[in-house]
Amino acid sequence: MAPVMAAIVGPGNIGTDLLAKLRRSEVIEVGYMVGVVESDGLERARAQGIEASAEGVDWLLRQDPLPQLVFEATSAKAHAAHAPRYEAAGIQAIDLTPAHLGPMVCPPVNLGAHLDAPNVSMITCGGQATIPMVHAVSRVTTVPYAEIVASVASRGAGPGTRANIDEFTRTTSQAVAEIGGAGRGKAIIILNPVEPPMIMRDTVFCAIPLDADRDAITASIHEMANEVRKYVPGYSLRADPQFDDAREEWDGHARVGIFLEVRGNGDYLPEYAGNLDIMTAAAARVGELIARAKQEVPA
Amino acid sequence: MSRPELKHDVRIVDTTLRDGSHAMAHRFTEQQVRDTVRALDRAGVEVIEVTHGDGLGGSSFTYGFSAVDELKLIAAAREEAKQAKIAVLLVPGIGTAEDLQRAFDAGAEMVRVATHCTEADVSPQHFGLARELGMETAGFLMMAHRTPPEDLAKQARIMVDAGCQAAYVTDSAGALLMHEARERFEALVAEVGDEAWVGYHGHQNLSLGVANSVLAHEAGVRYIDGSLCALGAGAGNSPTEVLAAVFDRLGIDTGLDVGGLLDAAEEVVRPYLQRWPKMDRNAIVQGWAGVYSSFLLHAERAAERYGVPAQAILRRCGELALVGGQEDMIIDVAVQLAAEG
Repeated sequence: MAPVMAAIVGPGNIGTDLLAKLRRSEVIEVGYMVGVVESDGLERARAQGIEASAEGVDWLLRQDPLPQLVFEATSAKAHAAHAPRYEAAGIQAIDLTPAHLGPMVCPPVNLGAHLDAPNVSMITCGGQATIPMVHAVSRVTTVPYAEIVASVASRGAGPGTRANIDEFTRTTSQAVAEIGGAGRGKAIIILNPVEPPMIMRDTVFCAIPLDADRDAITASIHEMANEVRKYVPGYSLRADPQFDDAREEWDGHARVGIFLEVRGNGDYLPEYAGNLDIMTAAAARVGELIARAKQEVPA
Repeated sequence: MSRPELKHDVRIVDTTLRDGSHAMAHRFTEQQVRDTVRALDRAGVEVIEVTHGDGLGGSSFTYGFSAVDELKLIAAAREEAKQAKIAVLLVPGIGTAEDLQRAFDAGAEMVRVATHCTEADVSPQHFGLARELGMETAGFLMMAHRTPPEDLAKQARIMVDAGCQAAYVTDSAGALLMHEARERFEALVAEVGDEAWVGYHGHQNLSLGVANSVLAHEAGVRYIDGSLCALGAGAGNSPTEVLAAVFDRLGIDTGLDVGGLLDAAEEVVRPYLQRWPKMDRNAIVQGWAGVYSSFLLHAERAAERYGVPAQAILRRCGELALVGGQEDMIIDVAVQLAAEG
């Protein structure tokens, strides 16, 4: 079966790391790398034999054959401008920017429902790291409220993230509830400048009923961690899930705490930048599952 | 954008109802807030900060849930204050612009935007909104001991350029020795002192909050934070009533009524204290090892839960160089220490 042809728009650090991951795929062939100015990223792509252009999406849409999939790692504004053009050309878009035009997807949680969507959003780094865990709990018991804390190395947070840090908080909170399956969601992000840089850490707290089946929750969490590890090998639990008994200030709920470490694969981005790696790894996973669906091979 | 005119030699900002929220495990009642604001307002305090200890939106599993919604407390404070402005704290990454808008609607007239001392570039969108709303602003560079004076000054510049009217040396760990504090005051005054005020927020973990406040004034710092009965994280903040008495003895005009503040501390705050912040072993370790003061109660709770000493947890937090907001890691550290046996 011929691989599905894909393009990457946005040849920065994220685009370059994504390229490294997609080069290992058997079902996706990256045909094009697209930027708007000549850059190291375009050169790196050319060095790997990929057609690369600084003439933007205009150039991409003139190519024959057109890609079937496009991964966009530019900016929310750029993606908003490009998205209707991809759709008009029949190209499915996997959006790594904060534009959030299509349904938000997390591969082991809800991708199955959106394999045909013209545009899917990769949410946020903290969302990709934590929503699988919120879902792991909510598929076993009721989760009226879930909260996540993402600790990221300062060096792994770029100017875009910094200038609009609320976007992270807002989008991740929403996705923790809507995709994770919690009644309400809250998200917190902390930047830590320690040197050498800290590996990305995420904590997930879920409110649970006091009589929830803790063994079933623990088993579900471990099973989900294994699912995520299929595409993020450095995804691990720091310890077994921690259960705390009900407290009055928790509205009488008990709590489970899940402590995660996300070590990047070190493809192009450094290992500590698990926050960026999990975005490219999850996007690559989404692309692969969509590509397999296109090939009509069961995922 | 200009900085506000000062009515006195130094502007004492009271944070009993914000930093004190940590020591109260975020369980302030509306009545406690009303009584405290009334007493502070009568004693001439110009700015009273009222927010969850970790800032707007801080009510959470990670930091502790507020007993009463902070917006309700802010509105109550606004009702009680005759002359004082009500300030709120906002830590980008925890609170958002929407939270700030709601606090403004509830009556907040000033916001203090707080970032780790090297991360000021997450604050401009919040300063931008505050200025749009016509709020007074200040910027907190937290854990100021963790970066050299000249770098701290560059971070203050980022905040001031974004609309911050008072840039603070925020000694969140109560770790700054006197010469270290002075170097930072001087660096900030040199960098932003022509356009903005410089502030100092001290903790008593090494007992230097008041002494550093005196040095701060000498170096040109004009916003100085305190809390009644030192009510605040760690060993607490520089006590407002002590600051008032010391500045009075120095002949420095704060506009504060010393007797009124002593009464407020003794008769209003003391009766509701669940714990009087003090320099006990754990709090001293925080100043000594440079650990964010708010970690104290969380570390004590984790110590009890996992059977490891709180001071060991705090020292490990210092070794890991955790920053404000990483309270979730305290549990992780306690679990690891328990596993190490």
